[in-house]
Amino acid sequence: MEFKRKNIISIAELSADEILHILDTASSMKEVTSRNMKKVPTLKGITVVNLFFEPSTRTRSSFEIAEKRLSADILNFTSSQSSVVKGESLSDTAKNLESMGASIIVMRHSMSGAPWVLARETSASIINAGDGRHEHPSQSLLDLFTIRQVKGEIKNLNVLIVGDILNSRVARSNIHGLLKLGAKIKLVGPGSLVPDYFEQPGVKIFYNLEKALENADVIIMLRVQKERKSLEYFPSIREYSRFYGLTGEKLKIAKNDVTIMHPGPINRGVEMTSEVADDSRSVILDQVTNGIAVRMAMLYLSASWRSNNL
Amino acid sequence: MKTLIKNGKVIDPSQKIEKKMNILIDGKIIKDYPVNIKELEKRKDLKVIDAKGLIVVPGLIDIHVHLREPGFEYKETIKTGTLSAAAGGFTSIACMPNTNPINDNASVTDYILLKARTEGIVNVLPIGAITKSEEGSELAEIGEMYKAGCVAISDDGVPVTNSNLMRRAMEYVKAFNIPVIVHAEDTYLSDDGVMNEGKISTMLGLKGIPNASEEVMIARDIFLSELTGTDLHICHVSTEGSVRVIKEAKKRGVKVTAEATPHHFLLTDEEVGNYNTNAKMNPPLRSSKDVKAINKGLKDGTLDVIATDHAPHSEDEKNVEFDIAPFGIVGLETALPLSLKLVEDKVLTINQVIEKLTINPAKIVNSDKGTLKKNKIADITIFDPNDEYNIDKNNFYSKGKNTPFQDWKVRGKVKYTIVSGKVVYTN
Amino acid sequence: MKEKTILSSKDLERKTTRIVHEILEDNNDINDIAIVGIKTRGEYLGRRITEKLNSIENKNIPFGTLDITLYRDDLRNNLILPELKETDIPFNVENKTIILVDDVLFTGRTIRAAIDAVMDFGRPAIIKLAVLIDRGLRELPIQADYIGLSIETASTQKIKVFLKEKDKKDKVVLLNNNGI
Repeated sequence: MEFKRKNIISIAELSADEILHILDTASSMKEVTSRNMKKVPTLKGITVVNLFFEPSTRTRSSFEIAEKRLSADILNFTSSQSSVVKGESLSDTAKNLESMGASIIVMRHSMSGAPWVLARETSASIINAGDGRHEHPSQSLLDLFTIRQVKGEIKNLNVLIVGDILNSRVARSNIHGLLKLGAKIKLVGPGSLVPDYFEQPGVKIFYNLEKALENADVIIMLRVQKERKSLEYFPSIREYSRFYGLTGEKLKIAKNDVTIMHPGPINRGVEMTSEVADDSRSVILDQVTNGIAVRMAMLYLSASWRSNNL
Repeated sequence: MKTLIKNGKVIDPSQKIEKKMNILIDGKIIKDYPVNIKELEKRKDLKVIDAKGLIVVPGLIDIHVHLREPGFEYKETIKTGTLSAAAGGFTSIACMPNTNPINDNASVTDYILLKARTEGIVNVLPIGAITKSEEGSELAEIGEMYKAGCVAISDDGVPVTNSNLMRRAMEYVKAFNIPVIVHAEDTYLSDDGVMNEGKISTMLGLKGIPNASEEVMIARDIFLSELTGTDLHICHVSTEGSVRVIKEAKKRGVKVTAEATPHHFLLTDEEVGNYNTNAKMNPPLRSSKDVKAINKGLKDGTLDVIATDHAPHSEDEKNVEFDIAPFGIVGLETALPLSLKLVEDKVLTINQVIEKLTINPAKIVNSDKGTLKKNKIADITIFDPNDEYNIDKNNFYSKGKNTPFQDWKVRGKVKYTIVSGKVVYTN
Repeated sequence: MKEKTILSSKDLERKTTRIVHEILEDNNDINDIAIVGIKTRGEYLGRRITEKLNSIENKNIPFGTLDITLYRDDLRNNLILPELKETDIPFNVENKTIILVDDVLFTGRTIRAAIDAVMDFGRPAIIKLAVLIDRGLRELPIQADYIGLSIETASTQKIKVFLKEKDKKDKVVLLNNNGI
């Protein structure tokens, strides 16, 4: 199967086959990362730009390692402020990067839809590393990869996504990905953070975690934002974690072989207790390892599209 | 200078006229409706416009336009804005005060009128601010602005959040007999929203503006209008709930009128698509349920006026991330053909469309225009209802090219725009 | 389209057996050998060779498979890439005699990539090459140590190898005009 996309900006636009293709490619990449000499020359001579407008250590390091494993040349642009404050418009930034020879741009931005602005202005391939509240495709793909690794098949699995769904790009990407691969989703959180707009065939909304945990195969816990603005949605962290935090006790309601996941970084004691984070059924660290393989796959497929079409 | 418009189908809702007839203009005024024109046509000092196959209406009036001058001349000027109006068939436009400086005192009003007199080509009716700098804390010098020529007051762009201040403004304006025109929005509920709150905003990850944000404020302003007995006009109604509330208030006899824009009776929030900033405006495009209600409101008279909220922005300003793109689209040059779609869709008769674009807005701003009555000023628009073409922003006279209607196939092209007896635009 | 069978099922079997014996003859210490099959069909041939070696010597010779897609120079040169498969080298290559196995030796680019890949796993003592068919037309200075059949071909001709594991039969055919 030939990869037919110039950009990877959202899971929403990918077909189930395309998602599986990326996951299969990631399997091959995972083997590379398990060698002693963790490098292949595939992207030699190709310039990849990491354009991060939002601070991020995990995702950026993960992409950077992936790029290095493929022998790409890397340019890092980090800015903690939006283009408006910096003075240069996003479209000008895009044009400048293209003039510097960037083939692939990995971008993280605080505003939803920003990758489309970039994609309009440059012929470089855009890989979305997270845009505002919209999507975080690489996170979702590594989550799907991890689930597939542990459970075999995603079809018909009962998957819970717990937390601030409203403001989560990870939740949105995962909803798209899981539905396309046939999972059954339960969204769990306070009423103010799980609006009815998310309801659709295959997705159920719960405000009660214990009820939702029955028969759960996979639990994806989302990170709670601790800034002041959160207090508009729930009164305190203490109350949040009492009702929506995962504890060993609550875990007993789910299936025995339930898989525990978290995009990281974890707030121990808030989203989950340390007991749960270190439980043998938690695959949080595997997610990190798989993240590199998945990102290598995304880079490889983007580069191969360029090779086949430009 | 005399002008004869012959053979046209005249539609003048103010006189309940809808028939083929001739109109004779003498100097600046409408003189007569001559029947036998053979002798008349022989005159040497007569200009003849053959309106065969065309429709002749009172010059269109748009009571919601942003001319951007003073202060934002890169977006639009009074010159280019009035040119755009003329191209759209509008002979009178009311301009909102959110310029820079804000039109909150007589000297800015004077400036606008001076520019309009010297560089504008259609009638410009300034609207003054309700509060100083539109900050919502102190009343602007409403009386002075009225004397200088303002036809209404409005803080358009923002609401007057302090209900007590809004009440005082309504009481104060009664001495001058001009309406209070409101941009109704509870900005706390809107809370950084950039498009309609719904399934689409949720999946796009954009903050939404709920219907309630508009409805809550419209209800408040209606009750305040009742309390004070002031004429209230509500801008750009966009939701089903708003239409419901206005309809009920009218039934009770409250002095409220309301307008809808073409984009609110034609487009839903689906138009945002892949973060299309030309579909970003405030109030936003809503759901299909709301669009249906707007159409119904136009049909049953709840919504009295069609106005454009013409809001030009530069291309660079709009070519950015959706969150930071400014709100607003242009509308003067597309209003007429888009409004004619209401006739096509059997929502309104052509008479009703013209009514909402002429006599109804005229009445709201106490203008004696919007009519083809004899001895009134000759502001007349002539258009071809059958001329089919694709909307092309590159042909706009406005500096603003920000429209979601690019490439739309429409019918209805302005052929002549006449202001005070003079043809100021022809196609 | 002219098609000529250059190796029948029986021929293929014999060639493979001969290669196995040549390997045994050539290498003093069988314990140093490891076989690495280059995907796709090199894997199947490599496995057959390994099994034969194992049955003759009563040993368990290490066997691995190599997908060289990630080592090709195509990405930079805008050529169409085949599907990415998996590499599996479950043994340590240090100091070993690695025998690469492929079905057809042609330009030599696949083998160059395979050598790069094997070197990334460690430092073998020797790398050798066994191929079923050597069709000439080298573009790089690469040679095979064990050859089933050497045949001179033109660049307009195409060699197609059919192996039971994938193609339900064992056969090698030569096609004119690139098989069109």
